[in-house]
Amino acid sequence: MAITRDDVLNWIKSYAQAIEENCEMLTDLDREIGDADHGANMRRGFRAVLEKLPSVEDKDIGTILKNVGMTLLSKVGGAAGPLYSTMFTKAGMTIGAKMEMDLNDWAQALEAGTTGIAKLGKALPNDKTMLDALYPALNALSAAMGNGASVGEALQKSADAAHEGMLATIPLVARKGRASYLGERSAGHQDPGATSTYLLIKTAAETWTDC
Amino acid sequence: MKKLINNPEDVVKEELKGIELAHPDLVKVFYDPDFIVRADAPVQGKVALVSGGGSGHEPMHGGFVGKGMLDAACPGAVFTSPTPDQMLEATKAVDGGAGVLHIVKNYTGDVMNFEMAADLARDEGIEVESVIVNDDVAVEDSTWTAGRRGVGLTVLMEKIVGAAAEEGRSLKECADLARKVNGQGRSMGMALTSCTVPHVGKPSFDLPEDEMEIGIGIHGEPGRHRIKLEPADKITEMLLEPVVEDLPYKEGDEVLLFVNSMGGTPLIELYIVYRKAVEILDAKGIKVVRNLIGPYITSLEMAGMSITLLKMDEDLKKLWDAPVKTAGMRWGI
Repeated sequence: MAITRDDVLNWIKSYAQAIEENCEMLTDLDREIGDADHGANMRRGFRAVLEKLPSVEDKDIGTILKNVGMTLLSKVGGAAGPLYSTMFTKAGMTIGAKMEMDLNDWAQALEAGTTGIAKLGKALPNDKTMLDALYPALNALSAAMGNGASVGEALQKSADAAHEGMLATIPLVARKGRASYLGERSAGHQDPGATSTYLLIKTAAETWTDC
Repeated sequence: MKKLINNPEDVVKEELKGIELAHPDLVKVFYDPDFIVRADAPVQGKVALVSGGGSGHEPMHGGFVGKGMLDAACPGAVFTSPTPDQMLEATKAVDGGAGVLHIVKNYTGDVMNFEMAADLARDEGIEVESVIVNDDVAVEDSTWTAGRRGVGLTVLMEKIVGAAAEEGRSLKECADLARKVNGQGRSMGMALTSCTVPHVGKPSFDLPEDEMEIGIGIHGEPGRHRIKLEPADKITEMLLEPVVEDLPYKEGDEVLLFVNSMGGTPLIELYIVYRKAVEILDAKGIKVVRNLIGPYITSLEMAGMSITLLKMDEDLKKLWDAPVKTAGMRWGI
């Protein structure tokens, strides 16, 4: 079975919806250890993405994802803008001009996006960042694929791992981003970036469960 | 939330419109992407200075656009870094053929966005140099943090390097000067109250009536320590000592002393702090040869202040005294 262009579009819309619904929660998490704008910035970005989608929805998956990336870059600002932009742009470049993709394409796209984020943000695992949700999601995805899991199962395992990774940021002391200014005071709080990242993986699993 | 605003989403756009109407002799304002340039931009043959950052720090940066200071400023959403497309368009609009210097405060988002913008501008054949400001001694500069924040020194750097560009120094000379200023300036700040980002609607942190935050940045992020409130003299000492020790500033040094309001603290209190700071420096044999006192790099309505020291020499004194004509700083013209 394959993940079609329409499935990809539905995932982006579903993520935009999740950002809308969790905007306040993301901002509250950011208020505790950052500067109280993560939810608002992501919402501004994904509202712009929803406006942009109709003009590219007849294009291939790579083009659509790259357009999402460019829109986020010019609308989100902060650190999340370039980082999420990189995720979508690198994923789009990896998938290329395809109208449908398989799980392997998705795993490669996710890996390219994650590598791009790691390079741009210069963060390592356990720095209390988006990567702490992304790396577990990637590892779980490839393990499930190795075990011959179905698309739905593999994506669900990936989302579960992202969820665990997100929760595992709570005791960590931040070493990147604005939360790092708090030093030890950043421990005991869930990372907002890891949280919005978990939602990204979760909405993919939910949207593509029957692919 | 009690604020003089209309729709929270319109705050930055409406502020820009106000600046445009108030200062047509000083600046031109562009929208979508948003940026402010000096009225006579581009100035042919002059190095252009571009800075930017989240809004909410007024008068920085838009209020520092004009003769003798910045050529362009890019305002982001409140406390949020602007985006590369704004920086790219601003860079193109002010390039007078002598190159463009980006002055970037050391925050993860600002650094990433300016890096992308500089790459895009170079692709279009514009010579761009970037200088990072990271003067906040409250943050340990180590691989365990995003590094020291750019705070009060940014204002002094924009004034001094702006004067250097105005007198015709090259891009390299301006960039070297900016790095020299960064090398010999240090700051630390504190908050008496929190502040409320308009589109968030709630205070960025809760601070009880009898407590204060020491070592804050400029985005309503909490500081390193929260302690019981102390008298002004004691607070001045708590900020100034780590600043002096960090460089360190030594007996015989000449300095510029900058006492900055975070937005809500009135001048009357800043002068109390200034008085104590001079007393402490005097006792150490450090001579205050220039000063700046007032709200120049703020965090919305936050009450609190920051202290910045910059070691001066003859060149820096001359550049500091040079004429400047902006909405936020004006002398000698």
